[in-house]
Amino acid sequence: MSARRVVITGLEVLAPGGVGAKNFWSLLSEGRTATRGITFFDPAPFRSRVAAEIDFDPYEHGLTPQEVRRMDRAAQFAVVAARGAVADSGIEFAGLDPYRTGVTIGSAVGATMGLDEEYRVVSDGGRLALVDHAYAAPHLYDHLVPSSFATEVAWAVGAEGPATVVSTGCTSGIDSVGYAAELIREGAVDIMIAGSSDAPISPITMACFDAIKATTPRHDDPAHASRPFDGTRNGFVLGEGAAVFVLEELDSARRRGAHIYAEIAGYATRSNAYHMTGLRPDGAEMAEAIRVALDEARLPGEAVDYINAHGSGTKQNDRHETAAFKRSLGAHAYRTPVSSIKSMVGHSLGAIGSIEIAASVLAMEYDVVPPTANLHTPDPECDLDYVPLDARDQLVDTVLTVGSGFGGFQSAMVLAEPERKQV
Amino acid sequence: MSTATVVVTGLGVASPTGLGTGEHWAATLEGRSGIRRLTRFDPSGYPAKLAGEITGFTAEEHLPGRLIPQTDRMTRLALAAADWALADAGVRPDELASFDMGVVTASASGGFEFGQNELRKLWSQGSQYVSAYQSFAWFYAVNSGQISIRNGMKGPSGVVVSDQAGGLDAVAQARRLIRKGTRLVVSGGVDASLCPWGWVAQLAGGRLSTSEDPARAYLPFDRDACGYVPGEGGAILILEAAEAARERGAHSYGEIAGYGATFDPRPGSGRPSGLRKAVELALADAGAQPADVDVVFADAAGDLDLDRAEADALVQVFGARGVPVSCPKTMTGRLYSGAAPLDLATALLALRDGIVPATVNVKLSPEYDIDVVVDQPRHLGLRTALVLARGYGGFNSALVLRAPAPR
Repeated sequence: MSARRVVITGLEVLAPGGVGAKNFWSLLSEGRTATRGITFFDPAPFRSRVAAEIDFDPYEHGLTPQEVRRMDRAAQFAVVAARGAVADSGIEFAGLDPYRTGVTIGSAVGATMGLDEEYRVVSDGGRLALVDHAYAAPHLYDHLVPSSFATEVAWAVGAEGPATVVSTGCTSGIDSVGYAAELIREGAVDIMIAGSSDAPISPITMACFDAIKATTPRHDDPAHASRPFDGTRNGFVLGEGAAVFVLEELDSARRRGAHIYAEIAGYATRSNAYHMTGLRPDGAEMAEAIRVALDEARLPGEAVDYINAHGSGTKQNDRHETAAFKRSLGAHAYRTPVSSIKSMVGHSLGAIGSIEIAASVLAMEYDVVPPTANLHTPDPECDLDYVPLDARDQLVDTVLTVGSGFGGFQSAMVLAEPERKQV
Repeated sequence: MSTATVVVTGLGVASPTGLGTGEHWAATLEGRSGIRRLTRFDPSGYPAKLAGEITGFTAEEHLPGRLIPQTDRMTRLALAAADWALADAGVRPDELASFDMGVVTASASGGFEFGQNELRKLWSQGSQYVSAYQSFAWFYAVNSGQISIRNGMKGPSGVVVSDQAGGLDAVAQARRLIRKGTRLVVSGGVDASLCPWGWVAQLAGGRLSTSEDPARAYLPFDRDACGYVPGEGGAILILEAAEAARERGAHSYGEIAGYGATFDPRPGSGRPSGLRKAVELALADAGAQPADVDVVFADAAGDLDLDRAEADALVQVFGARGVPVSCPKTMTGRLYSGAAPLDLATALLALRDGIVPATVNVKLSPEYDIDVVVDQPRHLGLRTALVLARGYGGFNSALVLRAPAPR
């Protein structure tokens, strides 16, 4: 077993409610919500008409006109977040071996927004089955293959080591960071630019979630539409965003005097091998992922100070997840604060896993547990401490963050202070 | 980090050269190409008209009826190929512990034809006509998810997307998982986006060959290189720890001995391509010297600049004409995430039989100082093979295969 330990030394978040980690943390710590009626297109034909949109101007964040033309919105998010994370880390790449820096970007649905718009044009509003190549955008290939997200980030930071997009549905954001940490541990690289991005708020995405009633129809009260663990919950609110981290080996981070946010102490993913969208209520596979992640971190379940839940706000997810926490942590599950930031920033599919890692890391940084907003009505099947409405001050040394996604993927990551604050 | 030996014990091939390992290998040795004028849709209105299509695949013969409406063609092919690979490995998934089996596949563009059909309904009929299966049938994780469900595999899984290099990245990730303790991992990749919408998106990449002559359209390392012909298909591989495979008396095709990956510098940086470095990393990981490599399966882009970069890297590592190079892709076209897994399968068969397949149609340009095996397969003793794969934008991956030690 290798002794190389992996830490987060830089981060940046683009989430609904305001671009930047500072705005993100203000929203969470104040328990405000960023869900609203959809403005990107006319939502009238849809069953679900709310989303958590970002007010994002790529030019304000340094992208050039050609970059904006070339990149889908999700790629733009990834590049802005990557640059921000590198700046936050204070790392100087000059003089470093570029082959020793790699990139992993998670994304569940890639350039969906760009593909939807382009299809509408080349098919002339769906009229042409043999779509017309003469009307295609010159960079449509970059939308076809979301690996272009990794390309753009590698170019933006000058990385020449291994680069890839990790795409495991709604656990992509955890799995991308877990994959990156493994590359540092095995010694293939010293630094990883790792995170995830998705910008799925487009008609095709709304339509497909409408079809399976996964998203909430609560469009009369958009600010309170996302209700994880609440007895009145009836589906998730689609979101968008990105979070990217600089990951480094612990000793080299210490040598350069870097600020260390947290150690990626343990990570595991398991599959339920059950259904592409359905979950069995017992949460057995997520519980197994949690147990293995804690084992890798060499921490007992009792060490977990805070659980950053997947908490999507669908009936089945919140029940499934609650069962998984009890199954893996036993009585400690009842003593541990659990919260879902999706109540405030919505569910940005492949991006949310990294955004939730950022929330976990900031909870450790500020010793504050973010709340679950909009939680008023108890559900007998969700009987843990979900930190309703208001953030809570408490020492946070160790966080468990989890994700669950279409395809059956269940992932868990344990983040810890490399040095304990409490005994 | 454990360095346990990881071997391939099963192959499942779905390729324009044939369904199943036997058909594919026979066609590859005979030089029978699967490239022809597109039949899936009428290509006359498009500048490119040729593709490597899979013929004779009837999904209903391989899969339960309920899976048909919820799957794209690439997923149907992947599920069938996974079944064949498991059967080839002699593995019955229900006899192993579910958490001991994982699935890591590569994807490039997801279930694009499925997505096309639902986008058409959305824009021509309305959002309420979009299929309930659209939420997962087109996305990049679908093949890993469906393979894990069909076979009850609950262990660690994953999906990587690095355009055409992704197939090697997936297999390397599968090896990592086995070294961390997972008993068996299903890996590889199968892609298919031969539909009008996929065609238009591929055309935008600017590298599709517009030749209408199947024998002259895709000519890597030839003076007449004029782009590539895309295809559909790929391969699924069963990976296991060598020790566990030996204990159950399994046959091994060979070892995943080394892997390396790099990313090219931003265009205009003046720095060289990272392909050579990827090869060096893979060789070092395998504990191999360049002289140990008996055959290279090239990426074979079919583009003058990219062919030049690959030939240069090979000469730098192996010396002028230092190693036989094969590009069986000229018989299938480029299969995106399926390309490298198919090359791995072909390379393992080459190691087994001591035959390097010929690169059909190509007349080697004298500008490249590499030994491309053309015209006829070459019979050689083979122990070690190197497989290269590059993805659009700058992905470089290299993987070293080693034949099983003689018993």
